[in-house]
Amino acid sequence: MEMAIEADGLAKSYPKGVTALDGLSFEVASGSVFALLGPNGAGKSTAVKILTTLAKPDAGKALVERLDVVANPDAVRRMIGVVAQGSAVDIQATGRENLRLQGQIHGIRGKAVEERAQELLDRFGLADAADRIARGYSGGMQRRLDIAMALVHDPAVLFLDEPTTGLDPEVRADMWAEIARLAAERGKSVLLTTHYLEEADQLAERIAIVDRGKVVAEGTPDELKRELRGDAIHVDLEREYNGEVRGAVGGLVGVRDVVVDGRTLRARADDGGRAVPLVLQALKSAGVEVSSVRVARPSLDDVYLKYTGRTFDAAEAEATTR
Amino acid sequence: MTLIRHTLYMTLRHLRELWRQPWFVAVTLVQPVIWLLLFGALFKRVIEIPGFHGNSYIAFLAPGVVVMTAMFSSAWSGMALIEDINRGVTARFLVSPVRREALIAGRILKEAVVVVIQSLIIVALALIVGASFPGGVGGVAALFAISALLGATFGALSNGFGLIMRQEEALIGAVQFIVLPLTFLSATFLAADLIPKWMQHVADFNPVNWAVVAGRSAVSGNADWGMIAARAGFLVALLALSVAFATRAFQSYQRSV
Repeated sequence: MEMAIEADGLAKSYPKGVTALDGLSFEVASGSVFALLGPNGAGKSTAVKILTTLAKPDAGKALVERLDVVANPDAVRRMIGVVAQGSAVDIQATGRENLRLQGQIHGIRGKAVEERAQELLDRFGLADAADRIARGYSGGMQRRLDIAMALVHDPAVLFLDEPTTGLDPEVRADMWAEIARLAAERGKSVLLTTHYLEEADQLAERIAIVDRGKVVAEGTPDELKRELRGDAIHVDLEREYNGEVRGAVGGLVGVRDVVVDGRTLRARADDGGRAVPLVLQALKSAGVEVSSVRVARPSLDDVYLKYTGRTFDAAEAEATTR
Repeated sequence: MTLIRHTLYMTLRHLRELWRQPWFVAVTLVQPVIWLLLFGALFKRVIEIPGFHGNSYIAFLAPGVVVMTAMFSSAWSGMALIEDINRGVTARFLVSPVRREALIAGRILKEAVVVVIQSLIIVALALIVGASFPGGVGGVAALFAISALLGATFGALSNGFGLIMRQEEALIGAVQFIVLPLTFLSATFLAADLIPKWMQHVADFNPVNWAVVAGRSAVSGNADWGMIAARAGFLVALLALSVAFATRAFQSYQRSV
């Protein structure tokens, strides 16, 4: 399989002794969408900086389109489009001028650059605002211009570093649709970093969970969730019962990890749908009254908890106090 | 070729930015007008001081104001770079194949262009209020070239310090600290023979003074071209050092990204 990105043992520390990357390795297949998922401070942005030639790794090797990012940065820069964390448009220029300059420094000139700019303005719904100064654009418009600018030279690999952080939910939904559209484009490979579990889940074909500068788990969203073996069953009880509850459910075939906590019962089952009638039956036989029951596929939050021993929220909090 | 093209793209970007801030343009022009007209009127009788050569203070002052304005406007060049860095614009350029040198050279070239435009306006104004420049078009062109050299030098220094400080407030402080003493420790307002001895010695090492003395001689009608060439040579050397400094500062910024 052709690889768009190969990162092998990337390490990077910053002067004050902060280790940003600690042997980060992953591969992105050509034409696929890959997400680096992790809380703030996990090292995702540092990885993007190295892969986009902004920063040099202390150790390890990284190839983008089979070009070494350290040995051959200029060739890499021709291959990539980058949407950075936070908008990076020139707010004193118009949308069109931003696009034109970006095209020009990629060697597109004259009529070709004007046509390309217009094409992108149309595609990203910026045609009406094309000749207005970008300072007056809304957050969503600036973000769309950011993406358009990253696409001017039709790059083979697109980096999206936290593309929806700081956008309101409505704009985020639009953004997701746009990214999905990009991903569907022939041959384009996308590396996305995000700390939104549902963003990675929705957009990426494969996900690497990054924690403290390392990949701790990797796979398709379904694979990762499947590793938790089965669905989560959540039963609310009418009142608190004693030991009889756990005993009643514990012996059922295909049901495991039964935990009773006050008026709630949690368990895992290989097939939640099949297990629920059995569980309810068993509870009824034991004289336990049930008020509600839910079956859920495990979430990426559960996956994160399993691999790092922390919930995502706890890791975020830790990163911000560090 | 690519370097020249990229530098031009950047220069045009910066000039367009300036053009879009008409208030900034107005303010940078009002200042030299005030210097020229106010100081011209205030020190009108300076020409009566024994030892002062020439018969019009405005004609004496105009080249000094041209040079001073070149320094004043270019010394702020680093502010826009700090803003670009803070907005992520510089990082965006760094992940593109743009020539790195163009990112600094474009700003320096823009300062040189702005200096020439400002100088034209100041000289025109001086002519309107009655000054004459016996050195003619050639002399005035030499004055412009010298001012542009000084402007480029201060543009490079400002970008270099901006890259090191990376804080607009710090750069404002540094510029204000440097600019006025350099103006007053020179023959901008008074002939060199009339300023205190120790100041004359300091002025010998002051690039602003090199530019003022050379520029004034060039427009004077009996230009000392040997001296002018020597001063211009100093300025070229200083410009080269300043560009080297700004380039080093940019490299250290790149390492810190």
